[in-house]
This record gives sequence, structure tokens and C-alpha cells, in this order.
Amino acid sequence: MSNIAKAFEKGKAFIAFITCGDPDPETTASAVRAAADNGADLIELGIPFSDPTAEGPVIQGANLRALSGGVTTDKIFAFVRELRSTVNVPMVFMTYANVVFSYGAERFISACRDIEIDGLILPDLPFEEKDEFLPICRRYGVDLISLIAPTSENRIAMIAKEAEGFLYIVSSLGVTGMRSEIKTDLASIVKVVRQNTNIPCAIGFGISTPEQAKKFANVSDGVIVGSAIIKLLEKYGRQAPEYVGEYVKAMKEALK
Amino acid sequence: MTNPNGRFGIHGGQYIPETLMNAVIELEEAYNHYKNDPEFNRELTELFNEYAGRPSRLYYAEKMSGELGGAKIYLKREDLNHTGAHKINNVLGQALLAKKMGKTRLIAETGAGQHGVAAATAAALMDMECVVFMGEEDTVRQALNVYRMRLLGAEVVSVKTGTATLKDAVSEAMREWTSRISDTHYCLGSVMGPHPFPTIVRDFQSVISKEIREQIIEKEGRLPDAVIACVGGGSNAIGSFYHFIGDKNVRLIGCEAAGRGIDTFETAATIATGRLGIFHGMKSYFCQDEYGQIAPVYSISAGLDYPGVGPEHAYLHDIGRAEYVPVTDEEAVNAFEYLARTEGIIPAIESAHAVAHAIRLAPQMKREQIIVITISGRGDKDCAAIARYRGEDIHE
Repeated sequence: MSNIAKAFEKGKAFIAFITCGDPDPETTASAVRAAADNGADLIELGIPFSDPTAEGPVIQGANLRALSGGVTTDKIFAFVRELRSTVNVPMVFMTYANVVFSYGAERFISACRDIEIDGLILPDLPFEEKDEFLPICRRYGVDLISLIAPTSENRIAMIAKEAEGFLYIVSSLGVTGMRSEIKTDLASIVKVVRQNTNIPCAIGFGISTPEQAKKFANVSDGVIVGSAIIKLLEKYGRQAPEYVGEYVKAMKEALK
Repeated sequence: MTNPNGRFGIHGGQYIPETLMNAVIELEEAYNHYKNDPEFNRELTELFNEYAGRPSRLYYAEKMSGELGGAKIYLKREDLNHTGAHKINNVLGQALLAKKMGKTRLIAETGAGQHGVAAATAAALMDMECVVFMGEEDTVRQALNVYRMRLLGAEVVSVKTGTATLKDAVSEAMREWTSRISDTHYCLGSVMGPHPFPTIVRDFQSVISKEIREQIIEKEGRLPDAVIACVGGGSNAIGSFYHFIGDKNVRLIGCEAAGRGIDTFETAATIATGRLGIFHGMKSYFCQDEYGQIAPVYSISAGLDYPGVGPEHAYLHDIGRAEYVPVTDEEAVNAFEYLARTEGIIPAIESAHAVAHAIRLAPQMKREQIIVITISGRGDKDCAAIARYRGEDIHE
């Protein structure tokens, strides 16, 4: 069984996204510990990319700050390896296909296994292209996470049937970022998912408040929050981990 | 040349967010239907001929040929098209297709502004809404084209992210498309991005080589020895090459923007300096660092200032069917001035990269040999920037 399943064993999961190296690896490590200590069930670690086409302005900003700070894939592997000695919750990497491809898929994915990264989310790798990395991910026991979007419609069953780890359901059209209202009929999407797979599904994109978290966790197995956490890092910099901890605690509370 | 999965050898593919997958599938299905539809083709041919002014001339540059003292040089005058560049060929095709698909809104990226102007033009003609994404730096370099787009009724969005040039305009247009798909067609301007764009854009631009072939046979009774075109994403080049790919004796030469030189960091010569990667929906060659971060590229030409190249060019390079050569800013500016003085034709600074290579190549060839250079656009838009390059401060 995938280690990721553990994140969904104790009720609705809260998944926190943090960009590595924003503003520096030490702050990322503290923020990850704060999130895990306050109830985050799974941590999604972003490896920054120069041109993150699926991100809104908030996470674009985090990518830029991290790269300007000099973080690289190798530096991220080094600090995650260290972080693993104190953080036990499942962790996945979120990045773009070129970061993996350019590093060498086998080299990248075998490094994931070595540092106990449980999965990989690549927003620019749809179902049709997943064979680029899937055989290697399977060989090293790293789950390649599939995404389902509001426009997936006739594709949902096909994607769900072959999904691994958990399914990432994109709540809305467009890029990442906080939204005051999410209109997609997510319950119907989840229904089709449930008919085709037993793996858990979590909803992300646009979720920032405890009310939204509660609402979307009710129709799924958990929620993913990125931009709202990144906003705290943007605002408080090296002092952010404390605020991240408080925020995660409030969000997790809403899911109980 | 495309296989069913949108691959050119190992290049191409569909590396895009799931949100866009049904949109590109819908586009592919619509294109496969309409490309064989006689009514669609009749309408498109009429737009090409009556609106864009096709066929464009194949002009014998007699003075230039004589001065260089080698091959006979012909210029394929895409600069004479309506809106002043080859971009209109693709845009009329895509706008007509989008209209048939029931879309009411076009979005587009632009570098030099020629594709944006063409998209705004087609949108005006076909009663569609139009939003053009343009890097902030390019809106300054090409202020006149920004005004032209607005005059044509388009909204121009100045993109401030990243290097604020063409690649960022593409990223922003893709982001916009993921947020509004049902009424919007992304009118991509080059032979790049996810399948089916590289194929669709190539097909609409292939009218260039179809005409060159007919015209050169009429004028010379034979095929040319070399076809030369500039390459950013590579749409005018693939359009110029396409109907000659099967003719092994016709050299196909793409000219990349070397900027300040391929041994400097200020270059946009992808095939000379890039390596295999995945970006903007495709696998191809990209200028990038060792960790796959896309490099900030540079060229005097806003239209060639792109860190990647279309997947079919990457494939033609791999199999050795086409050659790709770097041309510096300085060589391009010299060629820009040379063509103006010698033939009375001011080429776009993009096209001047192709002229520059012809100036190098022609003297090494025999008098009975033939070179065709595609003049992809006209150079009015570049005059102020070239004047500045020469230290002359003029205001547009």
C-alpha cells in the first residue's frame, strides 16, 4: 500500500503546499515542521520552476523568490533528506515536467525514493503523456499523482481507473490562487471518481478559509491549500512558520 | 509528418494541464474535419487571395545577386501580405476554424507584435473579441504595434512576469486559456505549443512553400538549391520548407537569433545552445540551465526572442534534413540596411537574419544556383529600434 494512504486514515486530510526555498531552505524546513506538528496530513513540496504556467500570481511569486534565493533541485534534495529525520507525514513533490526531465527522470525519481518522497505531482503531465515518467515512478515506488479538472468530463473515469496515491481534483478553471466562490459541481465529479477507484481524492485550487475547507472536505477525502500558506510566507518571511502552524491548526480543526 | 500522437520523432506531444486537454482534443477533431471540408477551404482561399493579397510575389533580387556575385537570389515577399507579415496566413486559418467551432473570442501571444496585429485584424474582420498578451519589454520595443492592435479593437495585456518577453506572453496566454475555454480559442502564433498547434500552424503557413514551388518552376523551370528563413518558434520557416522536405537536393536553412553571440548568455539560438526539454506543451530543444530552469534569452528581434523552437524543426535538425545557423544582432542589422539600400526593400529585423545568412552563402555558390529567402515581414516596425542601435535617437 502506498504511504500516501496513511494521510487519509484519520478522517479528512489537510494537505499543505509549501514552495521549497521561499525565502530560504531553513524557513521552508521550519514551515513544514510547523504544518506537520499542527495537523497537516500530507505535505506537498513545490520545487520552483522559472515559468510555472499553472500557477497564479501568489505561487509564481514564491517560485521567483526561491530561485532568486539560489535554491536548486540538488539543494532541495539535501534539505528534504535532513527534514525527513524529524517529519514523518507523507510528502510529495510538486513541480513541472522539465525539472524532472532535465535532471534525468531516473536520477530524479530514484532520489525521491532515497529521501522518502512518496509521490510526484506534475501539472503539465496529463494522462496522455504520463508514460514519460510512470514506468520509472513504479520501479522506485513513487506515486505519480493524477489530476482531474472541471473540464475533464468524459475523461474522469479513464484517469481515475489508473490513478495512484491520491487523486488531485482541481476545483476551478484557471490557475492556482484564492477564490471567494467555487461553482464547479465537485460532488458529481467525485461520484464518478468513486465509481472507478478506491484511492482517496482531495480538492485543491482556490481554497483558503476554514468554511471552504469544511465544505469541500464534505464531498471528498481532503483539501489542498497552497496560495493561502504562501501568502503567509510572503508576508512574514522567516517569521512565517509560526503563522503557518496557527493557520494549519485552524484549517485542520474545521475538518474534524 | 505528424504521427497520431502529435509527435515529430521524439518531439512534440501535449504537456499541458488536464484543464486544457478536452480543449485541444476538441480543436484537433474540428481541424481534422474542416481541413478536408471543401467549403472551409474555399472560404480560406478567398480570404488569402482577396483579403491578405496572396499569392505573395517571388521577386528576383537582381542587384543583390549581381553584387554578391554568386547564386541567383529570389525573395519570397511575405512582407507584402496584408498586415505586413506571414502571420496573417495562420491567423486567418485559425480564426475561421474558431468561428466554425462556435468560439467568439480569440486570445493570442505576441513578440514583435506582428502576430498580435494579425490576430486583432482577423478578429475585427470576423466580429470576434480579441485579447493579446505581450511582454512589457516588447510593448516598449514595439509601441507602434501596440497602438495598431488597439486601433483594431483588441485589448493588449502587458505581461510583467519573468523576462517580460515572448515566452512570458505565451505563459500568460496559456493561463488565460485555462480560465476561459468555452467561448475562447487560443490562436497560437507559431509552430509550437501542444499538439495539434504545431501541425495546424504549419499547414496554414505551408501556402508559402506551395507558392514558392509553383513560382520558381514557372520562372526558372526548376527547384531552388536552398531555401532560407528565420526561426524563432519557426512558423515562417516551416511554411517555407514544408513542400520541399521531400526534395533532398533543396537545402533548407533556418536562421536563429544569436543575439550578441552564441558564446555569450545574451542569445536566443536554441538549436545552437539549447538542449532537449519539455516546456509550453511540447518536447523540443530549449535554452535552459542545468536544472531545467528556462534561460532568459536575448535578441534585438522581439519576434525571435524565444527560448525554444517548434518540435518539427527539432526533428528536421535531428534527422539532418534542415540546417540551423546562428546570426548575430550585428549581422542582422547590417543585412537590414543592406537590403534597404540594394533592393529598396526594408525587411523585418527577424527576416534580416535570413538575409544575413544569404549574404554569407550566395558568394560561395555558382551563378546558376538559386537561393530563395523568405522575407517574413516588413521592417517599418523596426526602424526606430535600428536607429537606436546605430546611436540615433528618433521618436516614432
